[in-house]
Amino acid sequence: MENNYIMSSSPHIHTSLTTTKIMRDVIIALLPAALAGIWLFGAHAALVTAVSIASAVISEWIFEKITKKHVTISDLSAVVTGLLLALNMPPQIPLWMVAVGSAFAIVIVKQMFGGLGKNFVNPALAARCFMLIAWTGAMTVFHEPLTDAVSSATPLAVMKDGVAGAVPPLMQCFIGLKSGTIGEVSAIALIIGFIYLLVKRVVSIKIPAVYLASFAVLTFFFGKNIFDAEYLLYQILTGGLLLGAFFMATDYTTTPTTPKGMVIFGIGCGALTFLIRRFGGYPEGVSFSILLMNLASPLIERFTVPKSFGNRGGALN
Amino acid sequence: MAATFKGGFHIRDYKELTKDIETHALPDCDVHIFPMRQHIGAPLKAIVNVGDKVTVGQKIADSKEFVSAPVHSSVSGTVTDIKPYFHDSGTMVDSIFVENDKIYTVSDSVRPRDYKTMSREKILSVIRESGIVGMGGAGFPTHIKLSPKAKVDYVIVNGAECEPYITSDHRYMLENADDIIYGLKVAMKVLGLDKGYIGIELNKKNGIESLKNSNEFEGNIHIIELKTKYPQGAEKQLIKAVTGRHVPAGKLPSDSGAVVINIATSVAIATAFKTGMPAIEKNVTISGDAVNKPSNFRVRTGIPVSFLIEQACGFKETPQKIISGGPMMGITQYNLDYPVTKTTSSVLALLHAQKTYDAEAPCIRCGKCVEHCPMRLMPLKLAAASKKDDLETAERYNVLECIECGLCSYICPANKNLLQHIRMIKPEVMKKKREESVRNGK
Repeated sequence: MENNYIMSSSPHIHTSLTTTKIMRDVIIALLPAALAGIWLFGAHAALVTAVSIASAVISEWIFEKITKKHVTISDLSAVVTGLLLALNMPPQIPLWMVAVGSAFAIVIVKQMFGGLGKNFVNPALAARCFMLIAWTGAMTVFHEPLTDAVSSATPLAVMKDGVAGAVPPLMQCFIGLKSGTIGEVSAIALIIGFIYLLVKRVVSIKIPAVYLASFAVLTFFFGKNIFDAEYLLYQILTGGLLLGAFFMATDYTTTPTTPKGMVIFGIGCGALTFLIRRFGGYPEGVSFSILLMNLASPLIERFTVPKSFGNRGGALN
Repeated sequence: MAATFKGGFHIRDYKELTKDIETHALPDCDVHIFPMRQHIGAPLKAIVNVGDKVTVGQKIADSKEFVSAPVHSSVSGTVTDIKPYFHDSGTMVDSIFVENDKIYTVSDSVRPRDYKTMSREKILSVIRESGIVGMGGAGFPTHIKLSPKAKVDYVIVNGAECEPYITSDHRYMLENADDIIYGLKVAMKVLGLDKGYIGIELNKKNGIESLKNSNEFEGNIHIIELKTKYPQGAEKQLIKAVTGRHVPAGKLPSDSGAVVINIATSVAIATAFKTGMPAIEKNVTISGDAVNKPSNFRVRTGIPVSFLIEQACGFKETPQKIISGGPMMGITQYNLDYPVTKTTSSVLALLHAQKTYDAEAPCIRCGKCVEHCPMRLMPLKLAAASKKDDLETAERYNVLECIECGLCSYICPANKNLLQHIRMIKPEVMKKKREESVRNGK
């Protein structure tokens, strides 16, 4: 042919949105929480974050080199995993544990199952649970913000078991002046990041809204202190609920893609979190809840396939 | 609130390149080429021979079959050749070559007719004899569309024009508002309806105004404002927006009580009665970043596209892609020799063909294809099933309902070629269904 015009199947234009841009937006959305954590807990929190990200990226690069796969570190998904894991770490955790945990997330949970888009549970959450079991002590020591003092217990533990310790005022919980993991303490920072994700249309509000709503309803009516709005607010603002609902339960790969499936996923997360916090052995249950629902996702999706346009019926009947 | 459907997505439309450019007629073109396939249906036979003199509006190819539409000459002159030639479908099609004598002698058969005094059958026969087909691109014969088996209570003119770049229908609204409504009234009479609807996307506000200010505009003509969103102009999505009804899977739009005709088709119907001239003219948008002067032309059919490009002052640089139709559903062309037919609404020339496919990037299950699919399908599942040749899964996920609008491929952040995979498995599933029904029938 004289002109060599490109021949291809339609469509001939494409959105400028890419996987890398989505990952970049998630990183931007996580930054307020990360910066708040570093401000509250100091230099070691910054080191934990840096080590976690570096370990994730390097282990992905090494794994892909060894297995002779296309190297995908530039899609930023490993950075997201590393950052998310760091936000789930107690501020004073030894750095080598973080490095091992982050590598576990990437190599065992993500790459072993086929890499990006193929993992069946959230890598950062799975790694956190692995670390919780492997190093229970180090993973459950929390520090007071803006000091070096070791806190006796997180507000959730105080509320649950009545162990010694004080619950800070609500406003402090909202800003982040309480003990907890690096990324979960500052509710306001998490909310700012989540609004960014919504505005950029990276995630839909469906799963987080249903998750929080179902958790709130169950806690209000069946919680330890029923019909207690203040207790309910404490339950929502402390622990990992907001971090989990906004950034973990919205992970694309491990959640349903169907509209109804998202609702069921959210209800499941809310109910499980409530059950674990209320009746379980741990003060916190967000990670386990989301992981369990991750496992149920393929099944949920299978049973919530949307009714196609031509099967929706109309005014004619 | 503008009417619409669930799903879809607003795509940057680039209509500003041509929407304010009036259509203008073209200088004489020496040779016109008339493919004998400008419709869906039975093939046509030439009814002229090489050496014959023809006139403007003279029928030059026809078929005895009901599902067909004849082709007419758009110029007067001499038939110089009948041979296979380039066609925008990508195949070679038998075509009639007419050397233009540039006098434009009009055929005796061209005379005004008053549809108000004509019977339904007579009107349909005029529409057929005028060679009128779905001029938005489908090419389905209009006389068949206007004689549905099911009872119909809606007739809708499709003025959505949701494909990016194209403004040819928009120009009809501004320049031929009377004809659009006149054509709709003819369709209303044929279908025995006392109300007619015109659906227009809100990005064409002046088009809506123009129709409302038309002399033909009356109380029984309803202009429905549609949300600007792709694919608002797809037949089923338009019917949903205007009537609230879902065309059932595997059924025709008329089974939901609605008939949709294109803006250009409506104009062609009006012309066939007002002056008697058959479908030999078409608004064509020439656009894209490779074109020096993006334009709208009122084109006599049969003109080679290369001639239109010259009239648009040629290319800035050699384009990477030539597309007949819009960028979402159009067909790429390997040369500029193919002629304008009744169904040509635009020619796009793009300097940098966007990469619409990435073999490396994995699906991250973001769900955007599911969220935006106008048919409420799950393109990610269909494409995955296609890759594994899994016909059963594809069928279970309703692959045959796909209207191939291309939105899933457009929206995919991983650049997956979803539609192409779906296209590959659709014929297989259709074949399987046919075989099953034959087996069950025995």
